[in-house]
Amino acid sequence: MSSTTPHLPLTTSKDKPAMPSRAMQTDERVRRISPWRSFIGRPEFGSIAGTVLVFVLFGIFAGDSGMFNLDGVMNWAQVAAYLGIIAVGACLLMIAGEFDLSIGSMIGFAGMMMAVPSMFMGWPMWASVLFAFAGCMGLGWLNGYLVVRTRLPSFIVTLAFMFILRGLTLVLSTYFSNSTIVSGVGDKVGSDPLVSTLFQGSALHGLFAWLAQASIIAKLPNGNPIVAGIPKVLLWWLLMAAAAGFVLSRTRFGNWIFTVGGDAVAAQNVGVPVRRVKISLFVFTAFCACLFGVLQVADVGSAAADRGLQKEFEAIIAAVIGGALLTGGYGSVVGACFGALIFGVVQIGISYTSFDSDWYRVFLGAMLLLAVLFNHYVRLHATRSK
Amino acid sequence: MRTRWIWTLLAGMLAASAATAATGPHANERYVLISHAADSDVWWNTVKNAIKQAGADFSVQVDYRNPPNGDLADMARLVEQAAARNYDGVAFDIADVDVLAKPAMRVTAKRIPLITINSGTQQQSEQLGAIMHIGQPEYEAGKAAGERAKAAGITSFVCVNHNAANAAAFQRCKGFADAIGVDARSSMIDTGVDPTVVENKVSAYLRNHPRTQAILALGPNSADPSLQALQRMGLAGKIYFVTFDLSSAVIDGIRKGVINFAIDQQPYLQGYMAIAALAIAHEDNTRDPAAIIAKLKANPAFQSRLKEYGLQPVYTNHGVSSGPAFVTRENVDTVAKYAGQYR
Repeated sequence: MSSTTPHLPLTTSKDKPAMPSRAMQTDERVRRISPWRSFIGRPEFGSIAGTVLVFVLFGIFAGDSGMFNLDGVMNWAQVAAYLGIIAVGACLLMIAGEFDLSIGSMIGFAGMMMAVPSMFMGWPMWASVLFAFAGCMGLGWLNGYLVVRTRLPSFIVTLAFMFILRGLTLVLSTYFSNSTIVSGVGDKVGSDPLVSTLFQGSALHGLFAWLAQASIIAKLPNGNPIVAGIPKVLLWWLLMAAAAGFVLSRTRFGNWIFTVGGDAVAAQNVGVPVRRVKISLFVFTAFCACLFGVLQVADVGSAAADRGLQKEFEAIIAAVIGGALLTGGYGSVVGACFGALIFGVVQIGISYTSFDSDWYRVFLGAMLLLAVLFNHYVRLHATRSK
Repeated sequence: MRTRWIWTLLAGMLAASAATAATGPHANERYVLISHAADSDVWWNTVKNAIKQAGADFSVQVDYRNPPNGDLADMARLVEQAAARNYDGVAFDIADVDVLAKPAMRVTAKRIPLITINSGTQQQSEQLGAIMHIGQPEYEAGKAAGERAKAAGITSFVCVNHNAANAAAFQRCKGFADAIGVDARSSMIDTGVDPTVVENKVSAYLRNHPRTQAILALGPNSADPSLQALQRMGLAGKIYFVTFDLSSAVIDGIRKGVINFAIDQQPYLQGYMAIAALAIAHEDNTRDPAAIIAKLKANPAFQSRLKEYGLQPVYTNHGVSSGPAFVTRENVDTVAKYAGQYR
């Protein structure tokens, strides 16, 4: 799904050193690579291996705790899906060589932009959601514009927005509701057919009911299936991952993303619209954050000032676990999705083991380190042993 | 070799998990208490200690889970996770009934016994399908405190409210006001949490209303600066002073006699009784709160914990409350000894 040779458009055959002559080929620049070799050379290979390792570990420690029952799977898959949505955005932006540290604050702010007009100004829910998306993408554009215009590190510019948006979320919340939480949004979402179809609850109820009827999946004591359906956030995650993966690996814009992150000056020189690429990726990242915020508000039924705290770091971590380089120019959407899966499984999985919750962060950190080291080792091993 | 130390790390984690793995006769019985509080919240430490002791007394496994950042959306996931894990009983605090309604349904749909604690009302607890709610009914707590004050001859008071947006805070004032027979609204000042502002507002009120006989502070955030104001005005010990909840300044004030008493909601009991009640509900296969409470009352281990820490649960018609309990000069030493751990 992703390109393994992102720099190719920039290098000409003259730059390449001559290949060893033992390869008896007609053209020394063309080499046959076995499918297995090309698979393990992909950026996402390490994170897939890391995912397998994490599943094996939890299979040992929490195998019989219900973590791998259908409702347990839906539980951690949902956590991974939320993170996956923002990881997709963060990953593309990182490949283009920029960061967005305002993702977490944007999530809280998006929720407030959706809740305040609908709860206190009498707007219909669909209009509030549209307003939230427009507002977030506008802020994303502003982030991107400031970065490309001032040439300041995106780290600093978006850090400023991290504070500004978090503060504005609190201001909005206390101004309108006199509290840090705006409740009752869930019912409003439920009464709007468009918004609730798109963002609330789960899908494929009929299928799950049928599966339960056929005793393929477990039933609750009252006869309903143990899980009502697939949470919509999972479907959104798949959709976003597929769309972003396609753009990155199959389109001209995807090549531009790699080139911009690899060497922005060289990209500019060969005619890539560097500014446009970067700004549109900031807008896309903001869109992802907004989607996270809207889905979460629709799901939990309230918007609050502390939603999305530290999610920007989790998104970046997921992208890095997934093989994206902090310096830009390298990475894959599939990798970021597996990174999010690792993070989600580890985060929730720890609750299924018998660890004291005081140790939660210690084990979270250790598991992530382990997954990244394993990932790193596997990738080194795979690319070195020709 | 790069591989070697990865395997060392892996082996280390295996060993660590083996060390904390469950042992004991009822090792397959597991209960969980989920709070909304962030890791840094000190108040919940008492609850954590309490559930550990309840687990030991009833020889069951107990887990404490909380969203590390205090995010309620994460708490909802943890409640769902508890349902998926098929715990033998689940307890959580009703931080926000809207957020927790759906996850709670997952727990009750699996017929897992559920108990709610701390914030929230009896009514919300029933709405979530819980067996009982163990907390402090705020209006009743205020009223009980007011009756004590009335017995001491108090007929006027000022309620120092640092959290005016919170409905529970107002209930505390209203209970007190109703007990001594005055209007709650006109006796309340909205101070906010800034200690300097609280102090100035309290001293301004007392200058304008010199005949005020008593002060009711709704928590350490309003009690500590109010005490400061009294000390500056030379009124400490002359005005009848009552506060909700404990802090080191409050305990010190009770010792010195400048605070007449504090109303304690006894967090220890919220944790201990929740786990104990769930264990009894599981063992006797009952959902009847009266039967559960009767059995809990007869439990010698529970009684000895109450005696050791000087705790007094409040038994009511429809269940049990963890408070109000009054901390006065007589019992303040026991409370101070265990403050932050079991009180």
